[in-house]
Amino acid sequence: MITAEHGAPLVSLRDVRFAYGERSVLRGIDLSVHRGQVVAIMGGSGCGKTTLLRLIGGQLKASSGVVEVDGRDVGKMGRSDLYAMRRRMGMLFQFGALFTDISVFDNVAFPLREHTNLPPSMISDLVLMKLQAVGLRGAASLRPGELSGGMARRVALARAVALDPMLILYDEPFAGLDPISLGIVGQLIRRLNDALGASSVMVTHDVHESLEIVDYIYFVSEGRIVAQGTPDEIRASSDPFVHQFVNAEADGPVPFHYPAPPIDSLLQGVRP
Amino acid sequence: MNAFFGGIVGGLRHIGKLTIDGVWRLGFITRFLFALLLASGQSVRRIHLTIRELYFSGVLSLLIIIVSGLFVGLVLGLQGYDILQRYGSADAVGVMVALSLLRELGPVIAALLFASRAGSAITAEIGLMKATEQLKAMDMMAVNPIARVVAPRFWGGVLSMPLLAALFSAMGIFGGWLITVVVIGVDDGAFWSQMQAAVEFEYDVMNGVIKSFVFGAVVSLIAVFEGYDCEPTAEGVSRAITRTVVTSALAILALDFVLTSFMFRGQ
Repeated sequence: MITAEHGAPLVSLRDVRFAYGERSVLRGIDLSVHRGQVVAIMGGSGCGKTTLLRLIGGQLKASSGVVEVDGRDVGKMGRSDLYAMRRRMGMLFQFGALFTDISVFDNVAFPLREHTNLPPSMISDLVLMKLQAVGLRGAASLRPGELSGGMARRVALARAVALDPMLILYDEPFAGLDPISLGIVGQLIRRLNDALGASSVMVTHDVHESLEIVDYIYFVSEGRIVAQGTPDEIRASSDPFVHQFVNAEADGPVPFHYPAPPIDSLLQGVRP
Repeated sequence: MNAFFGGIVGGLRHIGKLTIDGVWRLGFITRFLFALLLASGQSVRRIHLTIRELYFSGVLSLLIIIVSGLFVGLVLGLQGYDILQRYGSADAVGVMVALSLLRELGPVIAALLFASRAGSAITAEIGLMKATEQLKAMDMMAVNPIARVVAPRFWGGVLSMPLLAALFSAMGIFGGWLITVVVIGVDDGAFWSQMQAAVEFEYDVMNGVIKSFVFGAVVSLIAVFEGYDCEPTAEGVSRAITRTVVTSALAILALDFVLTSFMFRGQ
């Protein structure tokens, strides 16, 4: 595992703020991903972690602050620069987002056919290699509808790495998977990252699986980074938020109750 | 009194909101059309993408178009014969069938059927691709979804609509011939020769083709736009499909009036 600094980071966010209209989602995020690292961004649902991933992929632009990927400011890129960057980027969507009208093989071949002029025989070899890497070469002719959730996630992973990207983004890669699939996907994320010499950013709330495979973790709550560290530091952390998150406690710094007037006022007949 | 004025203000505000929303949407659909046209190069360069859509919206609509065309022709033949024979001009039934189909019923009914068969399917497909993040995934793979998904479907619809309308009219004329000549016994020669003499290629046939082309473009644009713009949920997709069919039907009928008033003013 690579934990030390390796020159300039591949991804760096500096004082990034983001708001949907009036609603502030991210408030001053500083974060960096070094080459070769697998970094997890964790936090409860709706804390702004998926927004972070979209900022890195250039699907959204920060309201202020700088989002840099490989030394270039994503917020200042035009469409063609953005597409040039995305060709070197793979993304795994929450439920795979496979194209349902074509086979598994054609799904993995899609980026190759769109972006390269390789002959069909070579595309076929590359696709089967990627499918072999995720253990699904035998499923090449199936339709996405015939796959289980875990298999679909693995096919999507093969598609995300089809062009050997420098950076792989994962949006909730473990959501809705059974324990076996979850372990497989986790191991694949680590192995593919190391085999390709890529870097990975993973948005998740699955603490235990993530602690096994990542190099560094950022905890996000209410649009801020509230804690960060290596898996060992996180396990040993006495931070109340990290403690609540890692131990899955219902109440703590993240309150159980949605903000409401005190219950006493309700009992006295005062309606909100 | 206050409540009365409050009600009026509320009503006006509602009308204002509807108007502003409508104008917004119109602006958005226009921008969408420009983006679509700018991204259409790929639909030509990779023609197999467009041909595939031509198959889905054109070839798969053949059955409904042929069967409906036949029945419309049968009914026109019966009604036309019933009315014309009162005036002793039953021989002119061929003219009546041909003109009503070529000028009006062919383009309009074929477009209505096209909107409900192919338009709804296009909206559903694009809407579901959006709901399952397939469009976003494509965009993240540096593939423009408007060029790859939307434009070929649009052009497939635009190209197949005039062909379907022509087929509809042809089947209708065949149906009219079948019922009046074969079943009722109108003179075969009179049926065809009067039609040949009365139907002008440019005035009657080409105006009908222009109509069907316009309807095809409008229905296809509405279908791809509603799919692309829908709320990415099951409910949102179902509402988008309904909007496609309803808006298309209204647009077809209103445009038909506008086009007819420009095209057919009596020579």
